[in-house]
Amino acid sequence: MYISLTNSPTPAADKREKQLGQKRAPRGIRTVSSTVITLGIVSMLTDISSESVSAILPLYITGFLGLSTIAFGVLDGLYQGTSAVVRIAGGYASDRLDQPKWVAFVGYALAAVARVGLLFWTGFAALTAVITADRIGKGIRTAPRDALITATSDPARLASAFGVHRMLDNIGAAIGPFLAFVILLIVPDGFHIVFVASLAFATIGVAILGLVVPNVRSRRRERSAGTARVRVPWRTIVGGPMRRVLAAAGILGLVTIGDGFVYLVLQARSDFAAMWFPLLYVGTNIAFLAFAVPLGRLADRVGRARVFVWGHAGLLAAYVVAVLPMSDAAATILCLVFLGGFYAATDGVLSALVSQLTPAESRATAIASAQTVVAVARFVAAAGFGILWFAVGRDLAMIVVAIVLAVALPLVAVLLHPLLRATVPADASADPGARA
Amino acid sequence: MRARTAWTVIAVISVVALGATGAVGAAAWSDYQQRQDTPSAVTTTDAGGLTGPDRIVFRNTASGEGYGHVASVPLDDPTAARAVSGIACDRVDATVAEVSCLRTVRGITPLYTGTLYGADGAQLSEWPLSGIPSRTRISADGAMIATTAFVTGHSYATIGFSTETTIHSPDGSDLGNLEDWTLTIDGAASAPVDRNYWGITFADGDAFYATVGMTTQGVTYLVKGSLSERSLTSLAENVECPSLSPDGTRIAFKRVTAGSGPTVHWTPAVYDLETGAITLLPEQRPIDDQIGWLDDDTILYGMPREDAVGDYDVWALAADASGKPSVFIEHAWSPAVVR
Repeated sequence: MYISLTNSPTPAADKREKQLGQKRAPRGIRTVSSTVITLGIVSMLTDISSESVSAILPLYITGFLGLSTIAFGVLDGLYQGTSAVVRIAGGYASDRLDQPKWVAFVGYALAAVARVGLLFWTGFAALTAVITADRIGKGIRTAPRDALITATSDPARLASAFGVHRMLDNIGAAIGPFLAFVILLIVPDGFHIVFVASLAFATIGVAILGLVVPNVRSRRRERSAGTARVRVPWRTIVGGPMRRVLAAAGILGLVTIGDGFVYLVLQARSDFAAMWFPLLYVGTNIAFLAFAVPLGRLADRVGRARVFVWGHAGLLAAYVVAVLPMSDAAATILCLVFLGGFYAATDGVLSALVSQLTPAESRATAIASAQTVVAVARFVAAAGFGILWFAVGRDLAMIVVAIVLAVALPLVAVLLHPLLRATVPADASADPGARA
Repeated sequence: MRARTAWTVIAVISVVALGATGAVGAAAWSDYQQRQDTPSAVTTTDAGGLTGPDRIVFRNTASGEGYGHVASVPLDDPTAARAVSGIACDRVDATVAEVSCLRTVRGITPLYTGTLYGADGAQLSEWPLSGIPSRTRISADGAMIATTAFVTGHSYATIGFSTETTIHSPDGSDLGNLEDWTLTIDGAASAPVDRNYWGITFADGDAFYATVGMTTQGVTYLVKGSLSERSLTSLAENVECPSLSPDGTRIAFKRVTAGSGPTVHWTPAVYDLETGAITLLPEQRPIDDQIGWLDDDTILYGMPREDAVGDYDVWALAADASGKPSVFIEHAWSPAVVR
């Protein structure tokens, strides 16, 4: 069952694909599968749920409960560590049990159940518990969900499928804060309405996942052939072409300092960014959702590794624009556009690249590993940049990171050279799920 | 389950979930409207001006009309009917001639501003804040306005806890973020990556006091700042959110006495600038406020009311630990004593 999301490709695009020697998929599956759309809607609803709460949380804690936010930041690093560990566990459980849908379901359901707590408890400890559960849930569900996207997509259009999913996901991330602020505009102390709305959206998301999304199991075919294995083949994750991908993702992650610092640089230079500071991340989300599909399609056409590596040029552009002497408003807006483009070129595309290089039985683990490498590297980058910031000053630190990134980019391109041209895996067995 | 059945179940769940949200929202809205139309829970008079000599200026948190507005009472009769103005603020400080007001500007996108008003309520200047209002203080001569905001965007932001403390002139021009100033801790130049400043209190002329905190280590220092040299020097550890006494000899502050992170417990205390002696005051409840001084013997601070979320009382406590805390102004927050 496939539904059409995009218009028929233009004749020019068809011609280009023929010139590239790509095998054209039958017309019926040129578009994104309904499961990908459904998973995108589940993510959208879940993001509306979590982002509506997180957008108002600082206001709620300080303005309403009269508590301090100091402790909040201290715990942030701890949560990130937990999320990284849980992520690999989620991916591994998904592969080991061969139950991607139900492992993802546990992750989504955990976040939804935690929201019930928001309705009955109003203390800081309760909030901390809810956020922790939300993050653990996010860690558990991400990799199995991405494995499901892969299993139900045409291998030749995998990055497009991830693009569609990430677009829907980010629509949710943009709607969530908007919804919360509109509620507070109408009822200024109506925080509990936001919590109820958050639970409602999370519940609908979990229901759709549980009732509609198929549990695509990768081993069915092999089991019938008598070669079923319960063990996850780690060699496919830490060896072969995956080794290069993990190294590349790690190296590039080490020069990805995080939006927070880019926003702080913008905030320091201008009243414009300072005024809009609380909303800069929404701007990045909007740019991300706008670019997700076009860059996913580009990745399918010219190669996922290529778009992943050169997508970091968007990050480089954001660094440079942040310190470039130009109109403050223009710098702020350009920065958000470049950051959004960077995420669109790297987030879903990395999952697509990893999926293309790993067999189905270790796919969720591989996706989780790549995402964890990126998360850990970025955490190190943020800490390192903080040191640099105070050692040499804000703008100079930014310039240094930009130069390091500019040097790293071509080196990583060389590292990934064997993969740059490969769009569809030569080894067709890498994607049995798509034909299952 | 067949697709059609599944989608029917989902439709029912959606209608119930969103319907419940709508019902809760409608009830909250009507409740809010009702509260807005209710006369204030305390006796009020119309304010002639925002501030004036020998008054206590504060944020009125009595439910009903005028909730969140700047109000004032006579210094010698704090239980008198409060004069409630038409200006709403989250945090407020005042001198005889000026009122500094930090507020959340609600909208489809919330924005945060610092505004300086004259005594008659005329706006003198305004500047954006990068996050939720936390502290504000005006220097005695009215020449400097300090503000602290929690830098927020996304509460899940990777930058973690961050404050922005700046000093403005009355015309709105900015003396810069303290994080760019020179910091000396225990005699050595220091520039930890995670330093944050908050809670400025002005002394006479060039000097002021503030808190510097290292988020990762959880350490805070009392620092003395120089406006002309753009420098800060540490004086004592674990002295947070300082407030200089009117005679300039002591600093009232909140001290971590138990716990850490979300379970931290701050107790009001007084630090003697000359001897360095610290006196913990007999207050069992945790406080989270920048303390104010009623006079040289008494401190004031806000405390959330146990029975009503969003409502506070201002409490008074002897600065020499000789008495018990007592309610000073009911339904009030962010007190500023104007002499």
